[in-house]
Amino acid sequence: MFDTLKLIVLALIMFFAALGTDWARDPAYMVHALLIMIIAGGLFLWQLRQMPVEASGIVSAPAPLGYMDGPVRYGVIATAFWGVVGFLAGTFIAFQLAFPVLNFEWAQPYTNFGRLRPLHTSAVIFAFGGNALIATSFYIVQRTSAARLWGGNAAWFVFWGYQLFIVLAATGYLLGATQSKEYAEPEWYVDIWLTIVWLTYLAVFFGTILKRRERHIYVANWFFLAFIITVAMLHVVNNLAIPVSIWGSKSVQVFSGVQDAMTQWWYGHNAVGFFLTAGFLGMMYYFVPKQAGRPVYSYKLSIIHFWALIFLYIWAGPHHLHYTALPDWAATLGMVFSIILWMPSWGGMINGLMTLEGAWDKIRTDPIIRMFVASLAFYGMSTFEGPMMSIRAVNSLSHYTDWTVGHVHSGALGWNGLITFGALYFLTPRLWGRAQMHSLSAINLHFWLATVGIVLYAASMWVSGIMEGLMWREVDANGFLVNSFADTVEAKYLMYVVRGLGGVLYLAGGVVMVWNMWMTIRSPEARPITVALPAE
Amino acid sequence: METYSFLRELADSWALLVLTLIFLGVIGWAYRPGSRALHDDAADVPFRNEDPNQARNDGARQ
Repeated sequence: MFDTLKLIVLALIMFFAALGTDWARDPAYMVHALLIMIIAGGLFLWQLRQMPVEASGIVSAPAPLGYMDGPVRYGVIATAFWGVVGFLAGTFIAFQLAFPVLNFEWAQPYTNFGRLRPLHTSAVIFAFGGNALIATSFYIVQRTSAARLWGGNAAWFVFWGYQLFIVLAATGYLLGATQSKEYAEPEWYVDIWLTIVWLTYLAVFFGTILKRRERHIYVANWFFLAFIITVAMLHVVNNLAIPVSIWGSKSVQVFSGVQDAMTQWWYGHNAVGFFLTAGFLGMMYYFVPKQAGRPVYSYKLSIIHFWALIFLYIWAGPHHLHYTALPDWAATLGMVFSIILWMPSWGGMINGLMTLEGAWDKIRTDPIIRMFVASLAFYGMSTFEGPMMSIRAVNSLSHYTDWTVGHVHSGALGWNGLITFGALYFLTPRLWGRAQMHSLSAINLHFWLATVGIVLYAASMWVSGIMEGLMWREVDANGFLVNSFADTVEAKYLMYVVRGLGGVLYLAGGVVMVWNMWMTIRSPEARPITVALPAE
Repeated sequence: METYSFLRELADSWALLVLTLIFLGVIGWAYRPGSRALHDDAADVPFRNEDPNQARNDGARQ
């Protein structure tokens, strides 16, 4: 019955998408309708072949036991794949800024900086980071709850549904479909699809917690749950829009003016706070103790870290809107909360680092621990830099300059990137039943490529950003501005080249990691194991 | 009173007070006497349940 219903729904989607390909008002919508039609058609055929044959005597397979690691394995590979794609896109657009000729005339308008930039940010944040979060949260919640993922194949739906969201978003950007909200660029139908996928993710995660066989909900799961719930809320509110036509990708925002700006940065900053911080802290609270082989330094501190972060982060958004139409009191509120936020951030960093107390030698001997430690160090550095930049006086210099870009990347490449690499190195051997990664020295090489890459990136952007900020505000004796905008662009050339080189190193590190993972999974001396080791 | 002004005053008076008290309450609860054993047990969770079938027998939830 349920299977028949699925066939009907898939057929309806296919029919609707077919209409969409014909009546589409813009190329992005047409390509997406085509894509959805093909996918729905494929699923329809697949479902048809799965249909039970009457009186064939085939008994349905018994419910599988043990942990469900299939989606985690796929997620690990997807994370590595999207990571390299995102780093490549970022490195390319970095060189586009240094050498504008790379905005090839023959590929206009699809590959100009304006369209590739959201492709890069979404690829690294949502494709690389998002897949890492989904995979690690599914891995961690099962181990810390001693329970199999709730909802059967719903976890698979989350994985594949999320990949479809990524593909729709990325192709949409290239074809010009965007609602022009930073980090929330996808248009209305992609937003609706992500909402469906995300609520399923919430159900799978929360369902697993509910059927746990541990008395306590481990702190990593608190962070993951806060991340999932808050992102659902942020996503829905910030993307409230009315489509111009059901056959087109264009939509109109419900909010306007300063309310729209405030909603956007309430979303934008909490995407940093809950997607890139809370979720990744969930990874930190599991993988750092695991890899160090000792429990977290202070469990009490981790509880306070959690609640303080949750209570404070949600207010910090207005610091993106200093010197705008936003009332001063709101901007000041955001600034004050950003500064208070420094405390829980460093509390969490200290908690992670001190977990190594009595095992400090592992930083020297274990390259994975070294990645985690460097990641926490970058977390501490960017959570110091961020509050400082949120202060109105500092912001008047730093805002709209490359300093912001440098800050974001020391957090994203340092904190999110390194902890994800560490997690991938932790998970790959375990998920494929290998003793360890194929090459430890390749992990070491990756660590140094990434670290030097970040240093080049952050240092060049500090110099470039502060120089640019000072040039913009420089006035002569008569009160006239000294520099034109083009003067600053010219002055930044060298820094842009250095930044691009930093990106090349970081990308090279990612490629080394992919090779290492490939060799680990495909290692000839080991038998391929389809069942995860712990489930045997 | 218009909605905006009402919400604005509610936010920086009662709502602020309630949220602050909840926050302080959470910290107080974390430090309550007798919580150490529970926290030590919870901190140890990642080192159990590697094998889901074994976990069923010696799992902490009784």
